[in-house]
Amino acid sequence: MAKVRGAIVVDTERCKGCELCVGACPTDVIGMEEEVNSKGYHYAYMKNPEACTGCVNCAIICPDGVISVYRVKTS
Amino acid sequence: MAEITLDQIIQPENLVYTKSRIMTDTVLHYCPGCGHGTAHRLLAEVIEELDLQADTIGVAPVGCSVLMYNYMDVDMQEAAHGRAPALATAIKRLMPEKFVFTYQGDGDLAAIGTAETIHACNRGENITILFINNGIYGMTGGQMAPTTLPDMKASTCPYGRDVRMMGNPLKITDIVATLPGSYYVTRQSVHTPGNVRKAKKAIRKAVEYQKRNQGTCFVEIVSNCNSGWKMTPADANQWLEENMLPFYPLGDLKVPEE
Amino acid sequence: MGELRLMKGNEAVAEAAIRAGADGYFGYPITPQSEVMEYLMAEKPHERTGMVVLQAESELAAINMVYGGAACGKKVMTSSSSPGISLMQEGISYIAGAELPCLLVNVVRGGPGLGTIQPAQSDYFQAVKGGGHGDYRLITLAPASVQEMSDFVKLGFELAFKYRNPVMILSDGAIGQMMEKVELFDPVPRSKEILPWATTGKTPDRERNIITSLDLDPKRQEDFNLKLQKKYGEIEEKEVRYEKIQCDDAEYLFVAYGTSSRVVQKAVQLARSRGIKVGLFRPITLWPFPSKEIFAMTGQVKGILSVEMSAGQMVEDIRLAVKGKIKVDYYGRMGGIIPTPDEVVEMLEKKIIGG
Repeated sequence: MAKVRGAIVVDTERCKGCELCVGACPTDVIGMEEEVNSKGYHYAYMKNPEACTGCVNCAIICPDGVISVYRVKTS
Repeated sequence: MAEITLDQIIQPENLVYTKSRIMTDTVLHYCPGCGHGTAHRLLAEVIEELDLQADTIGVAPVGCSVLMYNYMDVDMQEAAHGRAPALATAIKRLMPEKFVFTYQGDGDLAAIGTAETIHACNRGENITILFINNGIYGMTGGQMAPTTLPDMKASTCPYGRDVRMMGNPLKITDIVATLPGSYYVTRQSVHTPGNVRKAKKAIRKAVEYQKRNQGTCFVEIVSNCNSGWKMTPADANQWLEENMLPFYPLGDLKVPEE
Repeated sequence: MGELRLMKGNEAVAEAAIRAGADGYFGYPITPQSEVMEYLMAEKPHERTGMVVLQAESELAAINMVYGGAACGKKVMTSSSSPGISLMQEGISYIAGAELPCLLVNVVRGGPGLGTIQPAQSDYFQAVKGGGHGDYRLITLAPASVQEMSDFVKLGFELAFKYRNPVMILSDGAIGQMMEKVELFDPVPRSKEILPWATTGKTPDRERNIITSLDLDPKRQEDFNLKLQKKYGEIEEKEVRYEKIQCDDAEYLFVAYGTSSRVVQKAVQLARSRGIKVGLFRPITLWPFPSKEIFAMTGQVKGILSVEMSAGQMVEDIRLAVKGKIKVDYYGRMGGIIPTPDEVVEMLEKKIIGG
């Protein structure tokens, strides 16, 4: 059965830690890193990467455009 | 079946979404979670998709988005407070082949610039207006806006907007829709992924319709101001849905007759 | 010899704008200059040259339309009269701050406030000292005839683009309304040149162009101000214009511009018929002010009378120019009243010769 797998890459330096992506993710992929970037913001990361479907919800809700999304179909 | 690794997924050929190249690499000065960034990005994506970079002249307002020209890789003019539609009027009339937009907040468009807004739309200037309504003055620190809801708190109405004393919120988009010069008038939001998708479609129409030379295209985006509202970004978007949207309902107010 | 016509000053401005290849005019009606837009609309310049003419909803909108057009590198202008020019001050400051070229015409009427619709020169300070906020200057041209109303439109656009600075024609209700013979200059086509700094759409061969007067960094903002001041210094060096009438043997001097200078020309004749050797120094540029040229007269004349249709505004610049070397006084009328040559000579005798 074909399965869709996705992944996100966060520009951690530009992330402001607003967490809107966390709520927007339908598969609970995203968490906030305990570390902070040089501006002092906790930044988004994939805490549960296997669940990512590459739906891009996180990227389009991100006000700062820091998320790039990749997607593949596996069989 | 071997499990696919992240490295295998994160390859250029698998990229399905990244920031538009029309957005510059400058870090947005907006507060975390602010809808301005999303609205900028949607417009940038539409300009990129329609290949309009070389034809675009934008007008930035005074307010939080005063520095918008730092974020979009297009020619832009910075207007005096409220006057963006006047600038855009002249730009479009002198260079009718260009795509001309203004981007304005509620104070800029619906308070100090009300006359310019109404008259540009009433003349049917062939421009596209993006109106960000977050019900507050963000840049100056959270004062009451023309669109502040009844009983909503702001720094100049700290006990809530008393409409008997401070007047009523102005639904300027509804007024614009009644003007013969407006062509496409819609109200959108960017507080959920679904709404972002809808807002982008609306912005795309408002940009494409400019080519028809039939009048002003006007997109209101009901947005958040989590700093001004003193909430987390997620709470602000929830509050927006529960309080702003009943007063400023989403949807098209005027659509072209096809 | 160019085409000769009998025209009102306001009409001459409008015709000259079309002939100068103006791309756009944005204005709002106000007495005593409404003929400028009326003439333009009647002439259908959109058919003659493609020029855009638009009646705005206010002077505020009009000046900001000028900003928008000027920022595209277009030859744009507006005209108004005193209260309307006051309303435009915010926009004029932004235009100066963004270093945009444009032409502004003020057909001055008496003030303050709604004042009167009769001619006055009481907007001198506003024009030459920078009526809006911030350290900026307008190149200010003072026509004294309908001919100069036409000529200064062309000159004004040239100076505006040469220095990327707003230029004001500071006229008055008398020159705007009166009819005289004008020799019109030959029309020039509208420019098709795309200026490198203008917002015309970002093409791949250049960085994006941004027109703004905002810079929140104090160091850069100060550097920008220093650059502006350097430009103003250059304009002061190169663009002073004036006219001297019967000054060669003068023992006394009138200084007057615009309508006042026409009255004073008659007063010079009158005074000379009574044996008073007096000349007229007429500043044509009010900013840059011909300070050096007036100072140069202090070795020759014993005193100066500034004649103005105001409470005495230009007289301050004359006093600064002569540095206390000789007596300087002022005579003027206000509220829309034009002084008579007899009054002027009487005041010369009383305030300068006898004083």
